[in-house]
Amino acid sequence: MELEAVKMLAGAIALLPLAGVALGLGKIFAAYNEAVGRNPGAADLLNKKFMFTFAVTEALGIFALLIAFYLVFA
Amino acid sequence: MATHDPMHQFQISPILQWMPGGIDLSFTNSSLWMVIGAICSLILLGVASSRKSLVPGRIQLVGEEIYGFVENLITDNIGQKGKEYFPLIFTLFMVVIVGNMLGMVPYSFTYTSHLAVTAALALLVFFIVLIVGIIRHGAHFFHLFVPPGVPGWLLWLVVLIELVSFISRPVTLSVRLFANMVAGHVLMKVIAGFAIMFASMGGLAWAGSLLPVAFNIVMIGFEFFIAFIQAYVFAVLACIYLKDTIEIDH
Repeated sequence: MELEAVKMLAGAIALLPLAGVALGLGKIFAAYNEAVGRNPGAADLLNKKFMFTFAVTEALGIFALLIAFYLVFA
Repeated sequence: MATHDPMHQFQISPILQWMPGGIDLSFTNSSLWMVIGAICSLILLGVASSRKSLVPGRIQLVGEEIYGFVENLITDNIGQKGKEYFPLIFTLFMVVIVGNMLGMVPYSFTYTSHLAVTAALALLVFFIVLIVGIIRHGAHFFHLFVPPGVPGWLLWLVVLIELVSFISRPVTLSVRLFANMVAGHVLMKVIAGFAIMFASMGGLAWAGSLLPVAFNIVMIGFEFFIAFIQAYVFAVLACIYLKDTIEIDH
């Protein structure tokens, strides 16, 4: 295979962890919405925790995206 | 292709070259934007606290909001004992958020998009946590790695895991911020490249470029959200690390 083709393929494989991150983020959003639905009074408290866990989980997807970008462009 | 290279925006180019004894201490575009960031935050907070009135004006309200936000963050995560670390956390938060926000200005340079900068910030947090722990607790500090109530035959594994997670803190802290900034900016450039590709096809194909442009508008909003939330997460994690070290109660 040509080097360019291998780079593209490696970039695609590097994006596979996004599936796991998507599942995790879906769980976080679902849990947040359910919790706020059950107890709207706790929304302020939950909002901060939600933002924090969202950012930490989302960062894992960003890691994969970054590695894919480096493989394809750098 | 060189002008469309999405990585081009992260290139560091020296403005004033200065190499005493072979060590590169040039004033680069990264340093320039750091100076701009420092001046921006100084002016904002200086103007906000210059005319202190009981009913705050617009600028004063911004300053009070930032102060109150960081203060709440500290009391939520460390408690009242954390008040003495307010200058540290506030400075870290301002450095990161000003860098992220200045990066959203077109043709600017995002200094938080370099591992050297974020790693320096993360190592600062790491060593401050280490020094605070050793000053506060002395040798008792190493109880941080020995959780209570673990059976003896499992202890070596738990201590090993705690040690590795402690040492990998600066790595995850710095890579999280830097990767978010790089990936977000590259993504916007890549999508903007699609728009140029459609536009240069000629004929009716230019209409296809409306879709990437619309997506990019949404992405810019999302990037502002990410710029804020990463600064928030950086400050919260610094607080959590400090709290772990201050409260070794076993």
